[in-house]
Amino acid sequence: MRVSSKDSVVSFQNVWKRYGEVIAASNLNLDVQSGEFLSFLGPSGCGKTTTLRMIAGFDQPSEGDVILKGKRVNGVPAFKRPVNMVFQHYALFPHLNVADNVAYGLKQRSPRPPSKEIESRVSESLELVQLAGYQNRRIWEMSGGQQQRVALARALINKPEVLLLDEPLAALDRKLRREMQIELQNLQRNVGITFILVTHDQEEALSMSDRVCIMREGEIIQVGSPRELYDNPLNRYIADFIGKSNFFDGVVQKSSANDLEIRLNNGAQIVAANSRQHNTYASAAPVTISIRPEQLMLSRRVSQLPDEKAIVINAAVRNRIFLGEHTEYLLYNEQFGEFLALSPRQNEIGEPPFEVNEDIHISWNQEATLVLNHD
Amino acid sequence: MRLYAIAIYLFLYSPIAIIVLFSFNAGRHASDFTGLSVKWYGKVLSNPFAMEALTTSLTVALASAIFASVFGTMAALGLQKVKGRVRVVYDAAIYVAIMIPGIVIGIATLIALVTAFKFLNPALQEFWPSWLGNVPKLNMGYTSLIGAHTMFTMALVIVIVRSRAAGMDRALIEASADLYATPWGTFWQITFPQIFPAILAGFLLSFTFSFDDFIIAFFVAGTETTLPIYVFSSIRRGVTPEINAIGTMVLLTSLALLVAAQFLLRYRDRQSSKINS
Ligand SMILES: Nc1ncnc2c1ncn2[C@@H]1O[C@H](COP(=O)(O)OP(=O)(O)OP(=O)(O)O)[C@@H](O)[C@H]1O
Ligand SMILES: [Mg+2]
Repeated sequence: MRVSSKDSVVSFQNVWKRYGEVIAASNLNLDVQSGEFLSFLGPSGCGKTTTLRMIAGFDQPSEGDVILKGKRVNGVPAFKRPVNMVFQHYALFPHLNVADNVAYGLKQRSPRPPSKEIESRVSESLELVQLAGYQNRRIWEMSGGQQQRVALARALINKPEVLLLDEPLAALDRKLRREMQIELQNLQRNVGITFILVTHDQEEALSMSDRVCIMREGEIIQVGSPRELYDNPLNRYIADFIGKSNFFDGVVQKSSANDLEIRLNNGAQIVAANSRQHNTYASAAPVTISIRPEQLMLSRRVSQLPDEKAIVINAAVRNRIFLGEHTEYLLYNEQFGEFLALSPRQNEIGEPPFEVNEDIHISWNQEATLVLNHD
Repeated sequence: MRLYAIAIYLFLYSPIAIIVLFSFNAGRHASDFTGLSVKWYGKVLSNPFAMEALTTSLTVALASAIFASVFGTMAALGLQKVKGRVRVVYDAAIYVAIMIPGIVIGIATLIALVTAFKFLNPALQEFWPSWLGNVPKLNMGYTSLIGAHTMFTMALVIVIVRSRAAGMDRALIEASADLYATPWGTFWQITFPQIFPAILAGFLLSFTFSFDDFIIAFFVAGTETTLPIYVFSSIRRGVTPEINAIGTMVLLTSLALLVAAQFLLRYRDRQSSKINS
């Protein structure tokens, strides 16, 4: 049996969850560190909610162990676990007012805290979510964003070891969602409670979390900081999921200590730096190379391109989108097909922006080429 | 088309309107309306037989409505956990119980109780411990009335409470458990307040049904007289304004209870739809 590190509040050890034929969670292994903000990210139906519910105690694993603060909690019902959840549709109690909703968890404690203490802690946590003075409102008198805050206050008042959030922002409109993302992040830093968030919005996961756990079809594929996932995705699926990229399929021809020689299916021959790669590849392994749009350098003349180890090809500008800080270009090369490139503004100083239909040069460094497994 | 509708409503409601009207008739005969008066109401209220029948009816209605609400609610909540084929059987059984004609229930209950008493009474004779006093004899009367009405109206309560409970957000139960409430605590703090209006509505409907019921009561009442049975037996001696007065009072009470029940069922729906929107 694997021993989880001392700091981890939640840990999954070979956890499986089956619903009849459906495998909702397959062999999950994960340690969540105390005080971190972790997100589960993945497409619909990949088992994010199931995983969260096993921590909360609404579902029990079919196999394997869920450990909370060093204690195995398989079979321990939800009401005995020191975690709290913010539900997707908030699940506020409609027959209770805001104060009674927030106080609910405290009132279940035995011995029950004195009402003076309950009252002051309710106003404290309402202040925390910027709803001071809303104690006597009915739930249906609150807007969606306010209901969201009540749900947060109702969970945080209990000072749980872990706060679980199941797509808490999905029901809010775009602008409000952005505000709440920042607020949640600040809140997490202030209270120091471990947050575990479920989302299928990659931007949300990347912008808020310390670590992101990417799931697919019940499996955890990669766990890492947003930067790690972006710079070093384990496979094409993740590279595609996290940010945009240019992909080309090919086969490894020669693998040496420093270089990987790859022959792309379009006939081109390229070299990628081996130091950059996650995996080792043998000759004849089918791979995909990935080049991020911001790593492509664009220029009118070849001599302006910096590195001698760079790969250079010609391309025609197909489309140009001005994005403020950056300009996004869609380029076309006969052999490679389409390229997406992101050009920072300062690169264009002294050089007027490229025009549609203009013929230019694209180049990228060997270090920029990422070699990936197909899946 | 309008005329047609008016004719139908006239046909439906004019007998009732006439009863209400003649209950206020000062004269004795239906043939001549000699002016307004409430003297028949006074007469009914001072008639000991009518009052005794009323007491019986109220007792039976109250008791059977309480039993039906309690057991019906328990059954409804229990049934929520039942799934699949077994559930289908239970559901069908409940709807059948509602649709079976009263006369069938009356006869069936009568036969069942008579048969049961035939076995139970001798058994009681045998095994009744002497220190408990005289051996009781099970008979047709209050118990059979309450029993039969409870059985029938329980099905109503089950249907009403279950639809309310099914409409309740399951996440509320989970949220309560998540906030450390025991299952028992969750029931009293969350489930019960949510379904209470439905239970109350079921109670009122059961009460109304039992109070108005003639057919089932007629079979199982034994020596007891409920208000509808009293009315029926008085009518054989001719329709008097007194009967009209009873009819009017029963009508108004029933209507009031039905409206209250309907209001309770609507009220909750409005509240929860407000939250979802
Ligand atoms: N109670 C259940 N009974 C049967 N199958 C279930 C149950 N709960 C979940 N599943 C199945 O398990 C799989 C994972 O479901 P889960 O709800 O965890 O997905 P998710 O990642 O949260 O998706 P979404 O983003 O749509 O919420 C799905 O295929 C789902 O159909
Ligand atoms: Mg989900």
